[in-house]
Amino acid sequence: MYSVALKMLTGDRLKYFGLIAGIAFAAMLIVQQASILVGLTRQTGAFIRDTAQADLWVMDPQVRFSQDQVPLRSTVLQRVRGTDGVDWAVPLYQGFNRGHMPDGTSFTLILVGIDDATMIGAPPQMELGKFADLRRDKAIFIDGDTAATKLMMKRGGGRAIRLGDRFTINDQEVVATGAYRGRESFFWEPVIYTTYSRALTLSSSDHNTMSFVLVKIRPGQDIRAVQKNLVDRTGLKVLTNDQFIDVTADYILKATGILVNFGLAVILGVVIGSLVAGQTFYNFTLDNLRHYGALKAMGVSDGTLARMVWLQAGTVAVLGYGIGVGMGSIIGWGLRAGGLAFSMPWQIPAFAFASIISVCALAAWLSLRRVFKLEPAVVFRG
Amino acid sequence: MNSAATSAPVTSAPITSAPITSAPTTSATKTLSAISCRRLSKVYGASETAVHALRGIDLDIPLGGLSMLVGPSGCGKTTLISVLAGILDKTAGDCVVLGQDMGNLSAPQKTRWRRDQVGFVFQSFHLMPTLTAVENAAIPLLIQGVGRSKALAGAAAMLNRVGLGHRLSSLPGELSGGQQQRVAIARALVHSPRLVVCDEPTSALDHETGQQIMLLLREVANEGDRALVVVTHDSRIFEYADLIAQMDDGRVTEIRQGIAAAAPGPL
Ligand SMILES: Nc1ncnc2c1ncn2[C@@H]1O[C@H](COP(=O)(O)OP(=O)(O)OP(=O)(O)O)[C@@H](O)[C@H]1O
Ligand SMILES: [Mg+2]
Repeated sequence: MYSVALKMLTGDRLKYFGLIAGIAFAAMLIVQQASILVGLTRQTGAFIRDTAQADLWVMDPQVRFSQDQVPLRSTVLQRVRGTDGVDWAVPLYQGFNRGHMPDGTSFTLILVGIDDATMIGAPPQMELGKFADLRRDKAIFIDGDTAATKLMMKRGGGRAIRLGDRFTINDQEVVATGAYRGRESFFWEPVIYTTYSRALTLSSSDHNTMSFVLVKIRPGQDIRAVQKNLVDRTGLKVLTNDQFIDVTADYILKATGILVNFGLAVILGVVIGSLVAGQTFYNFTLDNLRHYGALKAMGVSDGTLARMVWLQAGTVAVLGYGIGVGMGSIIGWGLRAGGLAFSMPWQIPAFAFASIISVCALAAWLSLRRVFKLEPAVVFRG
Repeated sequence: MNSAATSAPVTSAPITSAPITSAPTTSATKTLSAISCRRLSKVYGASETAVHALRGIDLDIPLGGLSMLVGPSGCGKTTLISVLAGILDKTAGDCVVLGQDMGNLSAPQKTRWRRDQVGFVFQSFHLMPTLTAVENAAIPLLIQGVGRSKALAGAAAMLNRVGLGHRLSSLPGELSGGQQQRVAIARALVHSPRLVVCDEPTSALDHETGQQIMLLLREVANEGDRALVVVTHDSRIFEYADLIAQMDDGRVTEIRQGIAAAAPGPL
């Protein structure tokens, strides 16, 4: 009877494709929205991940996310270095500043100053030039991937900043001496690297400031214990890389309303998708109700009828899911090529699969209730 | 085409519906009757809205013949045939079909009983539109768990038998009404059931086609060891019956031998 069930399903091409298209649409919607949400979430942690060569971040207790600017006193560094379990500690400057391109284009940038001696906090990879170039006079590194859009001279220059170009940060000249490759960031402002000491000179703030202290713990030390030592000794906020990533994502997603918006979109995707997929399948069964009635009269047991409906639901669920996730991935691939946030860890397709299967199961179950309630005697009416 | 051989059991059926006060025991009728009903009643619904569709049916139908249930609309023909075929539960009375007391069967037992004992022919054919003729005709065998290729072979043979051997892989939508009803008849016979019930098998067809379908059913009835029960109100096909049960208002008012039984000979 399973061949009969499948033929009932596939025999009417239009209905069959409609059914699969409905489910594919639902799966795609879920995958899309969830992947964009995850992509955006990941992007909020880009700076921390790029910089995560140490174990702990020491910051002012008022810091809410990685681009927040609450300076630390310079004495903090010594205190941190003198704390139990600390192998080494380096300062990191990070702050929004104003720059001017050669043609006068004004722009906001995120300036990052990394420890002159160790270069701890440097981006993971250089695209053009080498890390040591940062020690040259007036040297800064630009992001090779995003310079074309984020460092565009719009007032007559007609091109983007490239290596060798001079421009100013807070009216002080700098030279683009290298291009790094960083993770895609949630923030639109270009991230420009320089040494810690030069960052302090360039930055607009008048007193010596330090945004973070990056701490490496001694080998064999328990990170939680060192974290606690540091909190006790400095009274500051001390976070691991992962904690800081979470705190940042949490803050940005909530503060910007992204969580609510995309969370709603995911829920909407599940709900609309469920309605579409569930409704189509339910209708499909209702359309076939008279055939189920005839089968019942001819002696098909409820158990067999149930397995037939489950088989139909399972078939369209799996096919629709496959197509939907496939299309979602292709569109996502396009989105990412266009620089948009899209990230699909395996949990998303798994979640979409679970959703689609549950929806189809629910629709099948509702349909089956109608099939079970059907009196076989209806076959002789109308 | 000769029905003389099949007319013999008719003589043992009551000629009228006069109540048989001391009804023969079911075991006694078993060997003679395909169907034996005593004071059979069916009530739809309850209290004020209750409809008494069957009000004490006494009826015996022999094996090996074509019986017709006839009567005005609403007199309970469909209800009776539904109870006989085991797709509707009676309210009261006795109903023994093919030796089986219908009151003793649980719902799943009834389902299995129908699967093995009953063939159905419907007014509106009830073919699956997405299945070919041969697949439709194979359904009863598939329900019984017969392997697909064996079931299709059996169905093809039966379609051949009803004159549709050349349309095996046509979809119902590509067949005429008469051809569709032939597929339905092949489906009703493919698993060799001993009871075949047909509700208005000709009323969706034109007269000519209807006559051909009745000829086919008549042939099937002549084959012997099974009972065909046909519900109809088309008096033009009464001539194909061995036995005609006239119904009115939920009762069998008259039972008479049909022309087929009375006047044997080529149809
Ligand atoms: N499911 C039902 N619920 C309530 N009443 C019903 C139901 N089915 C049939 N009836 C009623 O039972 C009576 C007998 O109906 P049935 O369908 O058996 O008649 P019939 O002789 O087959 O009529 P027709 O020739 O029009 O098909 C009618 O009064 C009908 O309205
Ligand atoms: Mg009727």
